[in-house]
Amino acid sequence: MMKKNTLLALGVVSAISFGVSSSTFAADDAHSTPQPPRLSWTFAGPFGHFDKAQIQRGFKVYREVCQSCHSMKLVAFRTLGQSGALGFSEGQVRAIAAEYQINDGPNDRGEMFQRPGRPSDYFPLIYPNEQAARATHNGALPVDFSVIAKARTYEVGFPGFLIDIVRQYQENGVDYIHALLTGYAKAPEGFEISQTQFYNKYFPGHRIAMRPPLEDNRVEYTDGTPQTVDQYARDVAAFLMWAAEPHLEARKRIGFQVMIFLIVFAGLAYFTKKKVWADAH
Amino acid sequence: MSGPSNFKPKSAFLQWTERRLPILGLMHSSFVAYPTPRNLNYWWTFGGILSFCLGVQIITGIVLAMHYTPTVAGAFESVEHIMRDVNFGWLIRYVHANGASMFFIAVYIHIFRGLYYGSYKEPREILWILGVIIFLLMMATAFMGYVLPWGQMSFWGATVITNLFSALPGVGPKIVELLWGGYSVDQPTLQRFFSLHYLLPFMIAGVVVLHIWALHEVGQNNPAGIDVKSDKDTVPFTPYATAKDNFAMVCFMIFFAWFVFYIPNYLGHADNYIPANPLQTPTHIVPEWYFLPFYAILRAIPSKLGGVMAMFGSIALLAFLPWLDRAKTRSARYRPLFKQFFWVFVIVCIGLGWLGSKPAEGAYVIASRILTAYYFIHFLVILPLLSYYEKPAPVPASIADSVLGNQPLAPARVKGSR
Repeated sequence: MMKKNTLLALGVVSAISFGVSSSTFAADDAHSTPQPPRLSWTFAGPFGHFDKAQIQRGFKVYREVCQSCHSMKLVAFRTLGQSGALGFSEGQVRAIAAEYQINDGPNDRGEMFQRPGRPSDYFPLIYPNEQAARATHNGALPVDFSVIAKARTYEVGFPGFLIDIVRQYQENGVDYIHALLTGYAKAPEGFEISQTQFYNKYFPGHRIAMRPPLEDNRVEYTDGTPQTVDQYARDVAAFLMWAAEPHLEARKRIGFQVMIFLIVFAGLAYFTKKKVWADAH
Repeated sequence: MSGPSNFKPKSAFLQWTERRLPILGLMHSSFVAYPTPRNLNYWWTFGGILSFCLGVQIITGIVLAMHYTPTVAGAFESVEHIMRDVNFGWLIRYVHANGASMFFIAVYIHIFRGLYYGSYKEPREILWILGVIIFLLMMATAFMGYVLPWGQMSFWGATVITNLFSALPGVGPKIVELLWGGYSVDQPTLQRFFSLHYLLPFMIAGVVVLHIWALHEVGQNNPAGIDVKSDKDTVPFTPYATAKDNFAMVCFMIFFAWFVFYIPNYLGHADNYIPANPLQTPTHIVPEWYFLPFYAILRAIPSKLGGVMAMFGSIALLAFLPWLDRAKTRSARYRPLFKQFFWVFVIVCIGLGWLGSKPAEGAYVIASRILTAYYFIHFLVILPLLSYYEKPAPVPASIADSVLGNQPLAPARVKGSR
């Protein structure tokens, strides 16, 4: 507790002494980190929807690669089968859930026990706690993936950030995830990097503790989709977008209905106003 | 202005209640018979839009509070529970989160409209000051609301902003402890912020009632900035203002819905989808967009106490505006110099907002200092001097004149008025 408070105080002091917000090195990072390329996503734009085949492939990549370190604790198995999701049947969802072991209990002898997952369970934690995760990864913490697609972004300068409002561009998080997964490279001459770190073009500061997770042909696709790092990165990013925003399709569908209603209503309101005011001028 | 209502309900039952509690008559005189200047333009519809915003925030907020857990361990997950499992929870939360931004967009337009047309001048000083109080309450409410999801920006924003009070000499550290309910931003802070975040909107609603009461006592200002002189100058609130407000409000809803349904996270920070971590400071702590101009003022002053005073001073100054600008002519339409300074001031405020989002270093700091200085000079030097040296253009004889006036004879006056 004492230690926590001291660290907190240090954080506060440093935050304030840097003129409250800024940290100079953050700005440096921003200058030397290239902007991730913007890809075309099926779920972008006013009629955006998930490509079920794509997010199923992304889910496969998550299960066969990412899941060895990254949890997804806010996502329940049942949501895999709901509308606007991966398109799995009830039986498929049950089968997927049953592949996971869930901590449950205590039972009537007062003991905790493991049992196969049910659709109402959530994806289990990979490590029992943060310390265990860090101990396995040289002090680095593999982050939880539940909302990662909304928790990452990149800065868009003027006037791009205003144009994004009109274009409805909000796919910065998935752009970043794709860029990160495909952004591993050899460190440039003179760039100091430790044994346990890897150089990544898009990671702030360029030193990432995660080894390059993907390689061509690592995950088998049965539908003929190319088994490349780039394709894996796109698919897993799309899947993570669904995980972060499971109601995205409903949001855009209802949004369109609301827009039509409001525009018609605005037209009626306009002519009503015109009629009312006709004799007042 | 309102006067005794001559409202007479038809039904015998309502006549009976009306003799005992004349609430229908009050409604009738306030929202039906109430005379509004006939030359009001669409900038005057934002009062109604703001009431709509407050209503939306209160209704969505009450529903969110039914599902939200104000604990350090549970807040972030309960918000995700709302997003994933509560029926239309995603819609309610996105309306509430974006609604805060919409509220501020509307209030800034409302404030700048008041500045442009001189709505703070005699006899509307108290009306204006009540507005400044509502603005302050809104800022407090929005700040505390942003803490509730307990993401990284919630936590660090709360830490930085509450720490500002420690700059006050003597009482500062005590105030900070009181805000925190301890020695750091933690469970007691979150819980009291939740309580206050629920309370303040109702206080806003109370002050809004006073604001509207004061408005109905002195009557609305108008684009010509002249007093109502006869019945010819006004039209009844219903149907005229209601029809106009209604159209403007639906247009505003389209703008609102654009954000809610298509770019709901555009106005927030990605960092706030990372659960709060007291051991890890984000590289860039930035407040919500609507606080950025004040944040720039805060950081422009090299001393912490000075910065805090400048920031609060920049808002407090608004309350003294009726006595800083002594010009008799209200509307900028008839004040050629003031009109130019007004637009410079708008640009300065937008510039401060942009600088508030930038790191406090190098040229950004210098620019922030220049614009901060200008902000204060505008109120403390330019407006008082203009009151004495500016020669205003002649104002129309009456509102009816400015709207219905003989067009071939006085085209300049008619232009732009309706």
